[in-house]
Amino acid sequence: MSSYSYKRYPYVRPKELEAPGERRPVVIVGAGIAGPTLALSLGTRGVPVVLLDDDDTVSLGSRSICQAKHSLEVWDRFGIAKRMVEKGITWDRGEVYLRDKPVFRFNLQPEPGHKFPAFVNLQQYYVEEYLYERCATEPAIEMRHRNKVVAVSSRDDGVTVTVETPDGRYDLETDWLVACDGVRSSVRHLLGLSYPGEVFNDQFLIADVRLKGDLPRERRFWFYPPFHPSNSVLLHRQADDILRVDFQLGRDADAEEEKKPESIDRRLRQMFGPDARWEHEWSSVYTFTCRMMERFVHGRVIFAGDAAHVVSPFGARGGNAAVADADNLAWKLARVIAGKSPASLLDSYCSERRAASRENIRQSTRSTDFITPKFEAARRFRDATLALAKDFPFARALINSGRLSVPTAHTGSPLDTPDVDDDWTGGPPPGRAMIDAPRGDGWLIDGLGQDFTVLSFDGPADAADVPVVALECSGLAARRYDAQPGTTYLIRPDRYVAARWRHYDRVAVRAALARATGQ
Amino acid sequence: MEGALRRTLNLSQPDDVYNAIVDAHKGLSEEECRTFDARLILLLVNHIGDEEVIREALKAAKAS
Repeated sequence: MSSYSYKRYPYVRPKELEAPGERRPVVIVGAGIAGPTLALSLGTRGVPVVLLDDDDTVSLGSRSICQAKHSLEVWDRFGIAKRMVEKGITWDRGEVYLRDKPVFRFNLQPEPGHKFPAFVNLQQYYVEEYLYERCATEPAIEMRHRNKVVAVSSRDDGVTVTVETPDGRYDLETDWLVACDGVRSSVRHLLGLSYPGEVFNDQFLIADVRLKGDLPRERRFWFYPPFHPSNSVLLHRQADDILRVDFQLGRDADAEEEKKPESIDRRLRQMFGPDARWEHEWSSVYTFTCRMMERFVHGRVIFAGDAAHVVSPFGARGGNAAVADADNLAWKLARVIAGKSPASLLDSYCSERRAASRENIRQSTRSTDFITPKFEAARRFRDATLALAKDFPFARALINSGRLSVPTAHTGSPLDTPDVDDDWTGGPPPGRAMIDAPRGDGWLIDGLGQDFTVLSFDGPADAADVPVVALECSGLAARRYDAQPGTTYLIRPDRYVAARWRHYDRVAVRAALARATGQ
Repeated sequence: MEGALRRTLNLSQPDDVYNAIVDAHKGLSEEECRTFDARLILLLVNHIGDEEVIREALKAAKAS
């Protein structure tokens, strides 16, 4: 059915089947989006990683398709983002329709001057394929396919992981275990940890179809369209002339009936008209849940991605949050493993990413509630908003068909040094993600490495042993950072602002660095 | 046709306000919703104070 040819990644008989192997610093479970991204973030920092996956291929189906700017910036550090942009569909605009009329248009990146667009749509199987290929070239990463975790024994100083392979079981000793094994995380189940949250009952049908013709690049969302008058429809283009069509079916739909190809064809025929021709790629009838673990760090076992938190799909906050988790965790874990920071630094991974998850769940629940109102009054306010939108611009801003993923702030994190200067009128404050801008012939983000960086606007070129990116007090970068001569930003390895000052002060930079590294 | 009634967005956190209004109706019956909305409208109308604005809003709510 699918035009994507699923590569098989070879199983290699692990040497631990013969004799106990050496103790590992990190074992990662799960090769979805979070696992390989974390493996690359650690591996490129020189931390040896074993990445276990119970399967031998990539994501079945397109699943997470909207890859956000921030995720692309992370993957760019491994040299694979350009390939994703080239293969995928770049977009930053969306249109919302009421019945057959457009009522609202948005542009997620109205100002140019960024290396990456707001979004690139690329099927999850391509993202995983590119991640796997990059992992294979990284000497520090050992990827083990068809290696399934069947038991986990966690102690104060490490974890024993029992792994099942086609050739039998073996034990792996590791200092840290990171579970990136998805919403049905086996590590979470094996440890008996709860996954509290909310279940939503509305059913949706995803139909990915290959359709030749002039396909729209922008995201399109309809409330009550003529071709599906009782509910909403989302249309979004992916690579390879594939369209994702997402039909809201309601609570009472018969999932088995809706899944049949002839039912899907009937819906698509109403939408695309009598002359359209398509081939089915993948389809799925789904409901969703919003859940979050109470803690992401349990001693030596750490949870990331869908294993730790899960949201509704409206807003592209699943896969992109998984990348942000990996990015937040990697530098902290690498420092702890190297003995440069105390293990308590990992508490900030939990607090910062739980705050982000709360925000993601809040935003995606609001979108869900707007798209599928839960009670009569909610439906009336929703429909009133849509009705007013034609004549009243304010109502257009209230239409919530998904507030799309942007880097989440972790304001008030203990790692951040609050502003001391009171004359900031812009720029990202501590706890916010840095913002890209043109720099010379390239981009600001290209000037940063894997460690802390100082951005110095017409200031000193060396700073408390931290690499410096020197910038001028003119142009887009200066505007985006509200820069004056001397303005200094301390940027974390995950490209968040740790501290900023109007004037460079070596002692202040040192103190902020110590604070941001948990010392 | 720009009148006294503001047509553009006047809220810094529109989603917060929208959800606060919707959530306030949670668990209310149809009858209770009407009573609640009547009180809410009167409170807001008094705060706005400008009769021209209120009359325009009355027309717009009917026409949309």
